[in-house]
Amino acid sequence: MRWLWIDSIIEHEPESRLVAIKNISLSEDHLHDYFVNGHVVAPFSLLIEGMAQTAGILVGSVSRFKEKVILAKIAHANLDRDVTAGDCVRFDATIERLDKAGASTTGVIDRRVAGGDAWERVGTIELMFSHIDNNMAGVEFPEDNFVFSDNFKMVLEQAGLASLAEEVKEEQCLG
Amino acid sequence: MSRDEIFEKIQTVLDDALGVDEDEVTPNASLTADLGAESIDFLDIVFRIEKTFDIKIPQGELFPEGLTENPEWVADGNLTDEGLSMLKERMGHVNFDAIENGDRNVSKIADSITVDSLVNFVEMKLGS
Repeated sequence: MRWLWIDSIIEHEPESRLVAIKNISLSEDHLHDYFVNGHVVAPFSLLIEGMAQTAGILVGSVSRFKEKVILAKIAHANLDRDVTAGDCVRFDATIERLDKAGASTTGVIDRRVAGGDAWERVGTIELMFSHIDNNMAGVEFPEDNFVFSDNFKMVLEQAGLASLAEEVKEEQCLG
Repeated sequence: MSRDEIFEKIQTVLDDALGVDEDEVTPNASLTADLGAESIDFLDIVFRIEKTFDIKIPQGELFPEGLTENPEWVADGNLTDEGLSMLKERMGHVNFDAIENGDRNVSKIADSITVDSLVNFVEMKLGS
């Protein structure tokens, strides 16, 4: 995960649900290239990436990050309203189904209504993840877990979930 | 549940999983060759069938897996007689006539899996 698209994890229900937030800022260069009706908006593709990172961490956490989890399919994605600079966006991901080969997740994206604590729905996204070492095609990948890198571990540490990633680090050292 | 009812639910499953129109989902349509399914779609279809029919599908039961890892089943990229016998025994819901009488290349195996194969499988699972 080279480009973090979530700022922090705010809720974690083990093996079930993960909630993360992202604050959209004008200091993000890509926003200056994306306008709708003259207004700066966050590209929907990057909101999908935020949900993919949130749900991907959730799916990876079930195996304590021993599995390499990659986004394999965007099953459904609907956007009801735009997100713009200054918005706080919430990614709420839930595991629908998980097995040895992969997982499916459902997720909702909300944004905080300006000036209050209420949230309004931005969109819904269903994703499929593959545990690529157990993929049906039988393709082999490097042993090193290249999916979950150091900056992702930083997000876990800030959320008080560092112990989830620590086990991987220790096993990799032993290996 | 009648076979027609199962078929209608499978149409919805494939509409959701593959983004195809329900009228494209005919009994003889191949999931890969006609409806454009790729490997991850098979997992998606398994999950959706489990949810739709409230059944559990162990890995490898609906779609074949691990074939190429056994040299007795696949040699030089082609399905052997032993491999074909194994498939027919384990996957009675799929009609492998086209493989048996034609191209034995492993890449063609998935083409044999049709909408009818899924209906057969669900009918068998609900019956048992």
